[in-house]
Amino acid sequence: MITFDAVTKRYPDGTVAVDRLDLEAPTGEITVLVGPSGCGKTTSLRMINRMIDATEGRILLDGAPVQDIDPPTLRRGIGYVIQQAGLFPHRKIVDNIATVPHLLGWDKKKARARAMELLERVGLDPGLAGRYPFQLSGGQQQRVGVARALAADPPVLLMDEPFSAVDPIVRTSLQDELLRLQAELNKTIVFVTHDIDEAIKLGDRVAVLRVGGKLAQVADPKTLLSDPADDFVREFLGRDRGIRRLQFISTEGLRLRTDMTGDAAGPWRLVVDADGRPTGWVSRERPDELEPYGTFVRGRDPMRSALDAALLSPSGCAVAVDEDGKVVGVATRETLDEALAEAADG
Amino acid sequence: MNLLFSFFDWLAGFFGNGENWSGPSGIPMRLLEHLEFSALALALAVLIAIPLGLLIGHTGRGGVIVVISANLARALPTLGLLVMFVLLMGTASSLPVIIPLVLLAVPPILVNTFEGIKGVDPDLRDAAFGMGLRGPQVLGRVSVPVALPLILLGCRLAAIQVVATTTVAAYTGLGGLGRFVIDGFATKDYSSVVGGSVLIVLFALVVQALFALAQRVTVSPGVSRRVKVR
Amino acid sequence: MGDGPPSIWEWIARNWDTGRVGSIKNLLLDHLTMSLVPIVLALVVALPLGLACVRWRWLYQPTSGLMNVVYALPSLPVFMLLISVTGLSQTTVIIPLTFYGMAVLIPAVVDGLASVPDHVRQSAVAMGFTPLRRLISVELPIAVPVVLAGLRVVAVSSISLVSVGALIGQGGLGGLFTRAYQNPFMPPVIVGIVLIVALALVADGLLVLAQRLLTPWVRARKGAGS
Repeated sequence: MITFDAVTKRYPDGTVAVDRLDLEAPTGEITVLVGPSGCGKTTSLRMINRMIDATEGRILLDGAPVQDIDPPTLRRGIGYVIQQAGLFPHRKIVDNIATVPHLLGWDKKKARARAMELLERVGLDPGLAGRYPFQLSGGQQQRVGVARALAADPPVLLMDEPFSAVDPIVRTSLQDELLRLQAELNKTIVFVTHDIDEAIKLGDRVAVLRVGGKLAQVADPKTLLSDPADDFVREFLGRDRGIRRLQFISTEGLRLRTDMTGDAAGPWRLVVDADGRPTGWVSRERPDELEPYGTFVRGRDPMRSALDAALLSPSGCAVAVDEDGKVVGVATRETLDEALAEAADG
Repeated sequence: MNLLFSFFDWLAGFFGNGENWSGPSGIPMRLLEHLEFSALALALAVLIAIPLGLLIGHTGRGGVIVVISANLARALPTLGLLVMFVLLMGTASSLPVIIPLVLLAVPPILVNTFEGIKGVDPDLRDAAFGMGLRGPQVLGRVSVPVALPLILLGCRLAAIQVVATTTVAAYTGLGGLGRFVIDGFATKDYSSVVGGSVLIVLFALVVQALFALAQRVTVSPGVSRRVKVR
Repeated sequence: MGDGPPSIWEWIARNWDTGRVGSIKNLLLDHLTMSLVPIVLALVVALPLGLACVRWRWLYQPTSGLMNVVYALPSLPVFMLLISVTGLSQTTVIIPLTFYGMAVLIPAVVDGLASVPDHVRQSAVAMGFTPLRRLISVELPIAVPVVLAGLRVVAVSSISLVSVGALIGQGGLGGLFTRAYQNPFMPPVIVGIVLIVALALVADGLLVLAQRLLTPWVRARKGAGS
């Protein structure tokens, strides 16, 4: 666990970048620092591995003040990923990944084997090992950056806007990859971003900072969306905060109708194949034409997916399926309305 | 046509003359002297300029002074400096020649080393420090390899300067290939002038080629972006 | 000669304008000619060649390779080899200096044009500039700082390099050095070095001034940034 204990960073010219920050980043979780530029999020992150030293207060790493640890030693035990990846252009990919193991004096073979393993782990072709950074795309470089940070298996990972320089499609895949990796590795991750969507997607806990380096609110994403602490947080979360909240509302208790496949279904009837999987909707007016449908996995997908599925179909209904894709029922406009009304109350 | 004929005539006269190939004023000896003085001056300049450039580039302090003094040094006339030091210190040793040689070779190395190190992407240094490299490790393992093309460029410019100035220094009595040219000009021995000039030009080109080779061997393909596509 | 060596000021006063070829004034004028002509010539030749290298990229590699070689040639033997063609004239000094200047300026022109941001070039195209007008009114002005930086290097080194010509009797102020060496006497050396450095600094200063006048936006942006 990383603990900020009344940490302040004041520069010689009097600017306060971080103002009495109290924050905990629990072990094995992703804690996201988010806020507008000038809110001190990057400064806070960089104080953890002493790239910047705090002016006042203490930062504890599993109870030990980082101020007491020699910076290079401290940093070798903490993975660090930055925006432009910062790969060493003069070293091959495999050597880039093995940087910290080398510093720690690992045996060459072991370091190399570890680098190759990580290359695959972050979803890269091992054939890239002998390439130089300039021969890789931005997204690939960023994956190498993550692999390099993980090389010595540090318990803590600091990530400073690591995905903001790549295009949205690559960014999404990098985010998914990070979540997948984290499910396997359970690192203590502190992640800085200015993108609230990224914060909500990745964070187990999200800390919103305001300009001047003050903590505005820290909470899990769901609480943040439903109960913003003040106007600043509300505004920072944006206009579609309500829609985003649906991401965190379960479809477990959503009432489903199971009578939509029969003839008595009403204006729309769901067609199901022999295995019980949906094939399309048929309207009473045009019984020969299959119309598109949308599905969600009940209990696993959030309410937002259910609503999305309903909006995708002319029937206005979302098809609930189980993990195998078999129909378990249908959420109609009425049942979705009920759930939304409940969510708004809660 | 006539001119070309006499040119080759002179060349043949110079290289074909057996006397020019032996003794203390023969081609091998003069070549060795030229090499010796150039190499000594360049080595001294490298020893002074590279550590200083690394220090200033790494700490970022004193850069303005480096750039201004390098520009000033470019304005200094080599012949004037040579004559001044020889008049001041006499011709008993080669020191009055070595001093201006080094003086003129330091600035290009210093300024390019400094610019090279200063120009290393701050993100790269940040990443290096962030992974736990210490200051000297960041300099040696990251900044220098990345700045190497510029550092070598500085050394190459200095070498060009040194080879040329060593030639001019023959005027003040220094040995080396310049002697053929200067003495030949004084005695109207054009075969010696032309032959010596050609030798110096060849010498300079070989030095240039050696630096190009050194660049290829020492600069990482990841930095020069010169990699075979596989 | 009077009793004992004259002071440096006496020497200057006595030699400034003797009406003879070797007076300081005449040497200074010769020096100016032999350095200014190559600077101007180099710029005049390097501009179209640089443009050609940008227009036809394949030209650049061989051109810059050749210029690298040219730059590596020591001046004295080149002067000597040229004597048989152009004699003991100023031309013998001017030609090599022009080539050294080109060796610096051609890459400067290419780099300068490469420094034009692609979005600027694209928007000029989109606004309907013809290639020639785009070059004159958009690309060249943006390239000016880089070209002028190269020109400063050329000016300063040409002015100092002319003096080597003294070894073939055509060195402008460099003549003071050979004179001082032949009858060992320090004042001419000091005067020569000081005048050459001063000329170089004046030329450099004028080019800095030219850049400020030609590219007011560069300074304005720097001021706003700090």
